[in-house]
Amino acid sequence: MKRNPQRTQKIAFFFLLLATLLIIVPVGLIIVIIIQKGLPAINWQFLTDMPRQGMRAGGIFPAIVGTVYLVLGAISFALPIGLLAAVYLSEYARANILTRLIKLSIVNLAGVPSVVYGLFGLALFVVFFKFGASILSGSLTLGLMILPIIITSSVEALESVPQSFREVSLSLGASKWQTIRNIVLPNAVPGIITGTILGVGRAAGETAPILFTVAAFYLPQLPSSIFDQAMALPYHLYVISTQVPNVDEKIRYGTALVLLFMVLSVNLVAVIIRYKFRKLKKW
Amino acid sequence: MAKILTKNLNLWYGDFQAIINVNAAFSGNKITAIIGPSGCGKSTLLRIFNRMNDLIEGVRTSGEIIVDQENILDTDADLVVLRKKIGMVFQRPNPFPLSIYENVVFGQRIHNSIRKSELDSLAEESLRSVLLWDELKDKLHKSALSLSLEQKQRLCIARLVAVKPEVLLMDEPCSTLDPQATQRIEELMRELKNNYTIVIVTHNMQQAARISDDTGFMLLGELIEFGKTDDIFTHPSDKRTEDYITGRYG
Repeated sequence: MKRNPQRTQKIAFFFLLLATLLIIVPVGLIIVIIIQKGLPAINWQFLTDMPRQGMRAGGIFPAIVGTVYLVLGAISFALPIGLLAAVYLSEYARANILTRLIKLSIVNLAGVPSVVYGLFGLALFVVFFKFGASILSGSLTLGLMILPIIITSSVEALESVPQSFREVSLSLGASKWQTIRNIVLPNAVPGIITGTILGVGRAAGETAPILFTVAAFYLPQLPSSIFDQAMALPYHLYVISTQVPNVDEKIRYGTALVLLFMVLSVNLVAVIIRYKFRKLKKW
Repeated sequence: MAKILTKNLNLWYGDFQAIINVNAAFSGNKITAIIGPSGCGKSTLLRIFNRMNDLIEGVRTSGEIIVDQENILDTDADLVVLRKKIGMVFQRPNPFPLSIYENVVFGQRIHNSIRKSELDSLAEESLRSVLLWDELKDKLHKSALSLSLEQKQRLCIARLVAVKPEVLLMDEPCSTLDPQATQRIEELMRELKNNYTIVIVTHNMQQAARISDDTGFMLLGELIEFGKTDDIFTHPSDKRTEDYITGRYG
């Protein structure tokens, strides 16, 4: 049979399209199923009440609050360190063994399984520093986990600022630090924010890093200091799905829906920021 | 009197010698053009005058560059003072992604050397000196990126002038502009030379002949010939200069 390049191309396109469409299916299914089964549980009481009757009724308010605390804690630890590290790597570091070692460490840090972060946090923050199982320990552990995301996206954002801006600034007599402070950083802010928000999304959704470092099975009151334990949405979901018998399916999917909604809306914010600034900046 | 004087100036990028034993005197309140084929070292020579070559790793120099009785190649020369005195206009117009106003006052804001209330008059004065004031006075707070190429390049010159330099280094400032815009920038340069010493690097020999008082011809890192523009273009003393000017290579 003679080869027909037109037909070969059509067949190839078909399979490429098919593979791409397959990505949409699981995402769509997850969202549809969780909304369908979880939406009936969502009401004001579910969002603002304490869990009741052994978590078989009532709301998930403490878990939402705990997750918010943990995310804020993780960001306030990881953003300053990550940003400073990124400025160093992008603006100051020379291409030598130390720099390569640092970059290699960041790549590896990003590849460490999250449960290993959990164990590490347990050993370092909970036991060694004696912070105990607390919001502090959990935030630091989550912060470590999202550090590579923040560093990598910030370095990228800083390096995408045109070299000519730095040259002009220096040629006008600005010092290197003034140049970074006044020209480089402001133009890298959108990228830095985007990376940070993606880190937030990741931190909000992980279970393993908080498992040993902060998460409480059930607390009758909200945490009052950073040395208290807290409930958190991912862990709460795990608990009511596997540890507590006879929890209504509605409550489980409702919890999942709240978690999904929080993570997706955080990511959406990142996408919008990136889109807006891309349209704004043209050079 | 010479504003910039180079004495036995040499420069290496690693093992490659880009500038070989250059001796030249750049006069104050004049336009000096440096011409030569690509890679001859003319941009390198320009960028050494405000030490922009320091940004490149592996650069070494020897010899002296005397500006106002001081050798600016001294390791303890104050780069901030030097760059305020000797500023640069780049090949591609490169305004910051800020408003027109903020572009002009950027240098003074950094140096914090004048009062906030004086910034407005500084902006006006600087934009007037590059003949942009009348066009732009009503949109000072618009983004500088919305301007035309020519306006951007004028704005870059205004941004430099606002720092009150004494020397303007121009690295092919018209190479991205069309002939009309080039002509207008050249007129501007003629006006500016009353107040500044201008050194311009250009590919364009007609441009050098039109606007400069002195011309230097460089080839493979050496300054082959340096003198009055009229002399260089009418009766060059070196065979290589003559070949370049008459278009035999370059």
